[in-house]
Order: sequence, then structure tokens, then C-alpha cells
Amino acid sequence: MKSYILPQYLVERDDYRCIRCEVCARQCAFDVHWYDEEEDAVFADESKCVGCLRCVTLCPTNALVVRHNPTQIPPNANWTGEVLRNIYRQAETGGVLLTGMGCDKGYPIYWDRIVLDASQVTNPSIDPLREPMELRTYLGAKPDVVKVGRKGGKPSLETRLTPQLRLETPIMFSAISYGAISYNACESLARAATEMGTYYNTGEGGLHRNLYKYGDHTICQVASGRFGVHADYLEVAAALEIKIGQGAKPGIGGHLPGEKVSAEISRTRMIPKGTDAISPAPHHDIYSIEDLAQLIYALKEATHWEKPVSVKIAAVHNSAAIASGIVRAGADIVALDGIRGGTGAAPTMIRDNVGIPIELALAAVDTRLREEGIRNRASVVVAGGIRNSSDVIKAIALGADAVYIGTAALVAMGCHVCQKCYTGKCNWGIATQDPYLSKRLNPDVGTRRLVNLLTGWSHEIMEMLGGMGINAIESLRGNRLRLRGVGLTQEELDILGIKHAGA
Amino acid sequence: MIRIVPREEYCIGCRLCEIHCIVQHSRSKNIIKAFKSERRPVKRVEVEEEGHVSFALQCRHCEEAPCVTACLSGAMSKDPETGAVVNDPERCVGCWTCILVCPFGAVRRDEAERKAVGKCDLCPDLEVPACVANCPNEALLMVEE
Repeated sequence: MKSYILPQYLVERDDYRCIRCEVCARQCAFDVHWYDEEEDAVFADESKCVGCLRCVTLCPTNALVVRHNPTQIPPNANWTGEVLRNIYRQAETGGVLLTGMGCDKGYPIYWDRIVLDASQVTNPSIDPLREPMELRTYLGAKPDVVKVGRKGGKPSLETRLTPQLRLETPIMFSAISYGAISYNACESLARAATEMGTYYNTGEGGLHRNLYKYGDHTICQVASGRFGVHADYLEVAAALEIKIGQGAKPGIGGHLPGEKVSAEISRTRMIPKGTDAISPAPHHDIYSIEDLAQLIYALKEATHWEKPVSVKIAAVHNSAAIASGIVRAGADIVALDGIRGGTGAAPTMIRDNVGIPIELALAAVDTRLREEGIRNRASVVVAGGIRNSSDVIKAIALGADAVYIGTAALVAMGCHVCQKCYTGKCNWGIATQDPYLSKRLNPDVGTRRLVNLLTGWSHEIMEMLGGMGINAIESLRGNRLRLRGVGLTQEELDILGIKHAGA
Repeated sequence: MIRIVPREEYCIGCRLCEIHCIVQHSRSKNIIKAFKSERRPVKRVEVEEEGHVSFALQCRHCEEAPCVTACLSGAMSKDPETGAVVNDPERCVGCWTCILVCPFGAVRRDEAERKAVGKCDLCPDLEVPACVANCPNEALLMVEE
């Protein structure tokens, strides 16, 4: 069938600059570029280009420009180029539209409509380069009352604390499974989390044996497929996370195609090589909060009550009530994943239309837990579209204990958000299991880039805290008075629990 | 002495090492001129590739270098200070015995010069050899021994 889909991108090659070195041809897993000896020229099949910019980045003479195909489809507010392309694709394949990464629709990004406060005159700001500034925070249930006694003339804590995760910076790496991303990407995340004193999350793909040594900085996920879950996996983790939902695809399960289930992944996930790894939409043993409590306590019991248990849900309309149930079910951490959260593969219509922005879910959950007097019983971690340090600090002021970053971490490792993770042909060596491609991510480089990102963000957070006259991240948590909305409706302000700028 | 260590597990086969080696040994050191208008020097590093296994290979600067022993004219010598095995094109007669004896295939004929051979000189003008500095995935490491 003749395809009616126009190339999404144009590849422009400056012939004077092109030295025919063929780096572009060798680097493109989508086979866009090729060298023709007879013509002594490099050609491009633009219909295959996904716009990942690997060729542009590696071209030694900057001879390449990849840009959106400017061909105008008849202007129409309803029937846009994207709508038409989707229809053509389905008319040609009869399949479900697939995509990767997070929702790219223009829903309001509330972070960009919230501004931070700073001290002026009356409460002096603090210079973090000269004075101590603490980003350390602890995740886990906090007691209702703290009793302090004296032992041998020294104060001692009488209240028995439940297990806590100690974070040196309030940023963790989101759940991304080995399978969705390459071994080298997993290793980079594990090593960076260890170096920075924070945590990364295995996702539902189990934990490769070689990465057990980073277990102290690993949150091991237990998802509906139970892939790779066994006694050692639970034992080695710093914390466990029950994955109920994911921001990119609330309400649906996961599917790792058999082609990606290599020998190593098969061993890690404990499934036969080459078989599809299908995570059901629900946990088939969890149909109520009571069922959830059973799994939470089963995991706590299995790990001798030494590890906090987190429950991750997608941000949906009634997240606040669900979060309340999760806390009452005994979870130590509630992880919320907003509509902009990423994925290795999801149906486009679900990714782009199901769920709610994380800012609203966070504010609603924090408010609800406070109203019910149970906010101290669990930490709240948010994920889904955290792009920079100001998003982090705004999330904390809105009520989060820490954030998860997924897309930002992948971008730090080279991802250009082309959204083709589901093809398994990631030219950046991240979302692929092809040994030819996965070696493109050297974990030494990946680790350094991630550590640099977290270091930079941490410095910025310290600067912003200092500007507000605060010297510890814990003093900002839930302090919504340090936030103001700009251009928001009264309803949005009420949900976010913040005042409008000027008020 | 300096050694260049290839790491096949991270070599991505892009051959940017070869390209920057050529530029570094060109007259102008300008990438576009080196490839398009000047006489293109022989590359002194080559990516060996089979399937997804690849690595960049250049002269190993052997302790007891067969090419130095075999050289008829004394053009090939081992620098006692840096340990680098270097070829003096003025003395090289182009007999290519060094090419025959090199166990790594790291010496190449310079067809344009006819008489001379081309081999890695560890980029004496640079702090870090061009192939190492321009590898996008740090698959070439410079180690001092």
C-alpha cells in the first residue's frame, strides 16, 4: 500500500561542509543516511527520520540540519497535520498508535505559572556558599509524637522510628525497567544514585545481578507482572515500591515485546527468552485497599520490617482519596506520577488523554492527608515532568518530600525525546537492547552526566532556599505561602492552595 | 609513557577517531580542507569491526618493537624518553618491511608519498591524542604508565 504519510522531518546537508565521512550513515539505526560511491554523495531517506538528532550531534563538520518538514497541509484547526498523520498510519496498519516518553500535549504546566518568594530586608537571605545549607531529607513514616528521654545524662530518642530512606538531595531517579532501557543506562542510574546519596528505581524489570552491589541505593519495584521478584531481590533493596499505576498510561499494563527479551533480560525477569513480558493492568491480587494492605505487610514481613514500602499510583481524578487509602493501608511512601510522566511504550491516545497534571494531584493529596491528620504517616514523592531545579523546589513547597526524575535523567544521558522508545532502535543507546546500539552509552560517561545534573540542580536549590532565607529543605516542605500563582483562575489557585501573585 | 587503550565494549564504530586522526596529521589541520582540497594524509588508527564488536586500533608502541628491529634504514626508532615508536620520513626508504613484521597491522603505506609509511605518533603536539580527545563515547583512553 502506498503510504500517504509525509516525512515528519527534512534532512538538510551542506554539501560544502560534508566530507563524506559517513558518521551519519553508521550512526543511524533507522537507516536514513547512506553513501553512494558512484555519485560520491551522502543521501537521506527522510521518511525514516525520527528526529533524534544523533547524526546532527556527531557530524564532525556541522554539515547537517534536521528540521520539521515545512510542507503545509491545508490549514485546519481540527484536522491538523498530526491528526492526519495518525489517521493515515492507522488506515495503513490497522493498529493501535504507539508512542514513547511522556505526554507532549499542551496541557498547562502549572510549574510555569507558579513563582517563588525571596527574602528582602525583614528576613535576610542566606548565602549557601558561606553558610550551611541542608538538602538532606528522610523518606518514610514519621511518628505522631517524638519522645525524648535521657540516658547517662545524654538525650536519647525513646520513640521507635520506622525505617527511613536518607536522601542527600531530594531528587531520585524514576522507575525505568531493565528492558525498557539498556543495561548500560541502568548501570549509569545506579552508580549516579550511589555517588549522590540518593536512589534509583528498578521499575518492574527486576534487578540484574551485576547491579546488586548498588542495592543500598536501589528501590526495587513489585509490579503487576511480578517480573524478577524473588527473595534476594527484596533483600538487596533499600526500599520496595508497589507499582499500581504509571502517569504515562494510567489504568493499563505494560508489554515488553519478546524481541527485547534477551538472555540477560530473561534471566533478570525470570521469564523464557524471547517471550513477551506482559504486565496486567491491575494486580490480580489487589482489588481493594485491604488487598493492598496485605501486599504491603507481606513485603514488610518478607524484609523483616527493615525497609520502607512505597506505593506508586498514576495521578488521576480521585488521587487524594486513593492516597489516603494507601497511607491507611500502611505505605511509608506514596509516589504520584503525573500525566507528563514517561514510558517506554504506551498507546498514544492513553498517554495524551488519561491522568491529571502532577501539580494539581500533589496539592490535592497533600491537602487531603493534612486534613485527615495522616500526612506524617507517609512521605509523598512526585514524578512526571520535573524538568529543572525550580520544578523540584516548587514541588517541595507544594507539599512533596522528594521528586522522581525520569525523562530529565534520560535526557542527561543523551535522550533527545524523539518518542520512539517503543521501536527498540534508540540511537542514543538508551531505550534499546540491540548490542550494537546499547554500547553507545558508556556508563562511565552516563554516570558522570547524571551526577553533574544532580549536582547542578542541588546547587540551584540551595541558592533558591537561601534566597528565601531558609537553610534546610525540610523547612520549605509544604510551605505554600512561599509560592504565588500567575495567571491562574480562582479554582486553580484553590486546588493548588496558593495565593495569586500580588496577594 | 603514554598508551592509548581501546575499550571495545564502548566503541560505537563511528570512526570519528579516524577522521580526527587524518585532520590532525593534515597540513592545515582544517577538517574541510583536509578532506576536500589537500592531500589527505594516511590514517594512523583504524576501527576494526565485526558485527557489534568494534574497536579502534593504532600502533601499540611495543616494548620490543619488531618494526624497529626490522627497519633497514634506521627510520623507525623508539624514543627512549617517551617510549613512542616513531618513523622518520626523511630516512624511510619505503621498503615496507615494518608493515610485514607489525603483528597488529598498525603500520600503513602512505601511497601518496610512495616511499614513506604512516603510523601513530601519539600526536606529539597535543596534550591528548586527537583520537582520544574526539571519541564521543570515551572508548579510547590515554593512560600514563
